[in-house]
Amino acid sequence: MTASWQHFSHEADIGIAGIAPDLAGAFAQAALALTAVICDPQRVRPERLVEIACTAPDRELLLVDWLNALIYEMAVRHMLFSRFEVQLDGTRLRARAWGEPVDVTRHRPAVEVKGATYTELGVFQDVQGLWHAQCVVDV
Amino acid sequence: MAPPELKQLSAFSWEIAPRGAMRVAAVLFASRALIDAMDAKVFEQACNVATLPGIVQASYAMPDAHWGYGFPIGGVAAFDAEEGGVVSAGGVGFDISCGVRTLHTGLTVAQLEHSKTALADALFEHIPAGVGSTGALRLNDKAMDAMLAGGAQWAVAQGYGDEADLARIEEHGCMRGAVPSAVSAQAKRRQRDEMGTLGSGNHYLEVQRVAEIFDAPAAAAFGLKVDDVVVSIHCGSRGLGHQIGTEYLKDMAIAAGEYGIRLPDRELACAPIDSPLGQRYLGAMRAAINCALANRQIITHLTREVFARLVPQAHLNLLYDVSHNTCKVEEHVIDGKARRLFVHRKGATRAFGPGHRDLPPDLRPVGQPVLIGGSMGTSSYILVGTGESETRAFSSACHGAGRAMSRHAATRQWHGRDVVDDLAARGIVIRSPSLRGVAEEAPGAYKDVSAVVDAADAAGLARKVARLLPMACVKG
Repeated sequence: MTASWQHFSHEADIGIAGIAPDLAGAFAQAALALTAVICDPQRVRPERLVEIACTAPDRELLLVDWLNALIYEMAVRHMLFSRFEVQLDGTRLRARAWGEPVDVTRHRPAVEVKGATYTELGVFQDVQGLWHAQCVVDV
Repeated sequence: MAPPELKQLSAFSWEIAPRGAMRVAAVLFASRALIDAMDAKVFEQACNVATLPGIVQASYAMPDAHWGYGFPIGGVAAFDAEEGGVVSAGGVGFDISCGVRTLHTGLTVAQLEHSKTALADALFEHIPAGVGSTGALRLNDKAMDAMLAGGAQWAVAQGYGDEADLARIEEHGCMRGAVPSAVSAQAKRRQRDEMGTLGSGNHYLEVQRVAEIFDAPAAAAFGLKVDDVVVSIHCGSRGLGHQIGTEYLKDMAIAAGEYGIRLPDRELACAPIDSPLGQRYLGAMRAAINCALANRQIITHLTREVFARLVPQAHLNLLYDVSHNTCKVEEHVIDGKARRLFVHRKGATRAFGPGHRDLPPDLRPVGQPVLIGGSMGTSSYILVGTGESETRAFSSACHGAGRAMSRHAATRQWHGRDVVDDLAARGIVIRSPSLRGVAEEAPGAYKDVSAVVDAADAAGLARKVARLLPMACVKG
């Protein structure tokens, strides 16, 4: 069982999902799916480290907080991220994200993300034991 | 397929009667074809909005309604504070005060056609657009607060435009009641270098020609003739508005239980208007409205700089500036009695009819211009508010075509290069930092804007005045 990410359709925006054998991995994959909304993550060099910490009342809100923290860091640092390490302790998250400043020519970013929403928000384990972390992001 | 409980009220209006926790009915304005094509989520979301405390009359959906979060995009709802009404961050959205302004150029198509490509190149170079772009203006803390309190009035005072512009902006360019201290340091930080930037997604700057006039007296009052060239700018409050939406949506979702509000959907996060949280959000949201008004004003100034250099005979005068994602305090007559209501319009346009006191004196006899955005290759429209629009949906109309296809489906169907080439073959010059972005925003990914506007007109929400066609478009 390997970790992966995917997008799912929403009429106006884009759904993102991270899937992994463990919850922290699913959160990390969801972050990769977030980058993939903007550009191909493989084009983003993991050169600079940014540390992120957040807490929330439940793990679904924690997923939204995590994604919104990344959106914030992308916006104020003008960066894109392509590598993530996530540690979860209940409803506390500590993470390290690696990326680089936006290079329009190389990254070819398509769209910026305004925020992660509660639409189609879910953090759950499927019958195969894989964790899913998903929501729609507003673009 | 429309839900079976949908009752047809007239050729262009439909109702879902109150059921379950709904306090009022949900009313949708659309043709049969638009209703049949509408995502089932729109019906569900319009019904969910109808459950919120203090909602007045009905929960409304405009003809361009599509699946949003919490409220449908194209959703309109008014709440009365005296009846425990709420203000909802989800009812305004992330892109607070995203809207359109349209400028006359004083030029005809014949005068501009030959310099269209050079103009598109210069506008693309001069106006920051797309992911990671920054503006030339950097705001320190004091300037940020002044901008959030002053809106376009602040921008004009800084030299971005002139007094005449302000008369043609909703709220005279400055939303009263803004509270900069209700805006977090993070939201301000996110905006620090984004003033005067277009953004991405469906945001654009388009040079357009007037292709058709439907209402000659209103068009004359708006200064529009066939073959006139105008410029339309579609953008919003940028990172500041997005961050305010993010933060207050969370605060309201957590606090709803404390206020005894049962949310059928967390995205409907709201707080009583008279609560501290509700008042703080209103102060922050109004600051974001001012941010959007200032942003469109600065972009207007940048546009004028480009025209002055390339087409010096042009004079860019503002026709009007309207916002789509707001909650505004307005007086509306309900059952013969004037009431002060908090009107949420999410992906919907205010459409005041003739005689409304908030309109500038020279437009008051005609009604408010209602600016309907297109999508690169399709028509845009200018409508006017009508006397009857007050009774329809608190003087509200549609805001654009509304998406018909997901971004994913659009990128599967079109390549950005082909879209640009196809539009070029039709005489439309597209400039964008992202070809994938162009594919996601391909004209075919949207509903037929003409069908949407026809439905709005026929439903009495607003009346058609003019149709515009794109000549050149800078896509964010």
